[in-house]
Amino acid sequence: MGSRASTLLREEEIEEIKKETGFSHSQITRLYSRFTSLDKGENGTLSREDFQRIPELAINPLGDRIINAFFPEGEDQVNFRGFMRTLAHFRPIEDNEKSKNPTASEPLNSRTNKLLFAFRLYDLDRDDKISRDELLQVLRMMVGVNISDEQLGSIADRTIQEADTNGDNSISFNEFIKVLEKVDVEQKMSIRFLH
Amino acid sequence: MAWFTFPADNLLCRCLGISITVWFTLLFVFIIMPAVLGVSFGIRSFYMRTLLKIFEWATLRMELGAKEKNQELYKPLRSEPEFEMADIFYFCRRGVESIVDDEVTKRFSAQELKSWNLLTRSNYNFRHISLRLTVLWGLGILIRYGVLLPLRVTLAVTGICLLLVLTTLVAFLPNAELRSYLSEKVHLMCYRICVRALTAIITYHNRYMIFSNGGICVANHTTPIDVIILANDGCYSLVGQVHGGLMGMVQRAMVKSSSHIWFERSEVKDRHLVAKRLGDHVADKTKQPILVFPEGTCINNTSVMMFKKGSFEIGCTVYPVAIKYDPRFGDAFWNSSKFGMVSYLLRMMSSWAIVCSVWYLPPMNREEGEDAVQFANRVKAAIAAQGGLVDLIWDGGLKRAKVKDVFKEEQQKLYSKVLVARHSGSANTRASLY
Repeated sequence: MGSRASTLLREEEIEEIKKETGFSHSQITRLYSRFTSLDKGENGTLSREDFQRIPELAINPLGDRIINAFFPEGEDQVNFRGFMRTLAHFRPIEDNEKSKNPTASEPLNSRTNKLLFAFRLYDLDRDDKISRDELLQVLRMMVGVNISDEQLGSIADRTIQEADTNGDNSISFNEFIKVLEKVDVEQKMSIRFLH
Repeated sequence: MAWFTFPADNLLCRCLGISITVWFTLLFVFIIMPAVLGVSFGIRSFYMRTLLKIFEWATLRMELGAKEKNQELYKPLRSEPEFEMADIFYFCRRGVESIVDDEVTKRFSAQELKSWNLLTRSNYNFRHISLRLTVLWGLGILIRYGVLLPLRVTLAVTGICLLLVLTTLVAFLPNAELRSYLSEKVHLMCYRICVRALTAIITYHNRYMIFSNGGICVANHTTPIDVIILANDGCYSLVGQVHGGLMGMVQRAMVKSSSHIWFERSEVKDRHLVAKRLGDHVADKTKQPILVFPEGTCINNTSVMMFKKGSFEIGCTVYPVAIKYDPRFGDAFWNSSKFGMVSYLLRMMSSWAIVCSVWYLPPMNREEGEDAVQFANRVKAAIAAQGGLVDLIWDGGLKRAKVKDVFKEEQQKLYSKVLVARHSGSANTRASLY
């Protein structure tokens, strides 16, 4: 009797998640019911297959990389806290947050953290550098078979050339930030969460 | 003092006068008169052609000059597709948006109700709120399980037994006409009993559209009860897979007195065989119309998903029917991954009632130059519009199967096109993903 949604998510947990991610109470309960509807095994965690069951995600060329971003290093299951922590990166930046306490730790949806999320999609081996191979891999995922190897190689070379400032033939996080400094990251990496 | 008038002054005045007169005459004759009369001398097009010739000559001279000096005239077009590192944001955002909410997966589970109809199964936020509410709920349970359920089960059992017995009896009659007449009556009677067994309150709209032979009737699919609801109002030939057990017995009994199309599981895969049998049945004008559910699977009645094109390829008239259930009285959707047939029927029989509306839509035929898929989509749109459902192009088969790779390849192709479009446009018209 009753719903799984409200009996399994305790008020203290909601408060903790609120503090950590900045989502509102109703957003957290709504996302929790989404989490449980994706959780076909009903064991409180999501596996990669649960994500791949979403057709719109399965046809996304970077779908696998995005799914990967939810799972911590080497693990195959993600619980609700981890799910919310990753989704928090996409919360829009509200104006009143910008003037908050500057000594508090950086919120998950800050510009830098959004950029870090995108950086990690490129940087597969997590060595904090995007090598030419990693860039080629992502490019190949995005274009499929429609562009030849040579063209893709020269795109990768040109991109690295434009971004690389210290000559190590790979893109570090700081160089990544520099390349994207004119891009409106806040808007492009935010989605609307209904209240 | 007299004004000194130079002879030149006189000349000047006269020249001025003449030129002004000439000017105005020319203006009048060549521009104003034709404008008034609506006639054209072709002066402007002549002017334009002359200008073009001059421009061409000038460009040629410039290019020749530049070539001699080995200079670049124009910025070189980059010969490669242009990629930006920010492109990844687009896919990233789309991906996370679909994780937070997507159009497809929510169609495969029961719709969430805003109000509460005293059934705990329908509102996910049920909590103990007040004593009165709980008492009301308890009373509801007593009535539903103590009174309604036994009544309905008795009716259902009676209905099915009657169906089995009577159809077998009718099959023994020698006269074909009498047999088909009686079998119609028997079927209708048994379906009416079954409808009362479920306390289904059905409102039929546009009954004048009903037809009696030839043609295929298509409807959106929410539950196996759809069959009972439609067959309650007219006689159809059903199409489906052969089942075992009780369903199998019912199927065999039905076939004895009227023609239905039951497929073996292996035959289902053979699309030509299916099409042939359907086509043969439709061509025979004495047979009843076929009832088909082109979605192929149960959807939760908030949307209509992709119609399989098989029944639309046969080339006969299609009669669409829209069925919409009112979820306030009991959710009719059969979530086959969660409930088996028996537990589903028990849930149905312990709801308050099944209230639905059935709309018969005007017949549709395939038009010139339309292929089966477009025809199917047109019918689907008509059904969705009438029933107030969302029209989706996604395949209902995604309930169980993975989405085909073809769709991902399409996304990749689209993105590659954007890259190439960027390089061939000028810097001001950079193609954007957004």
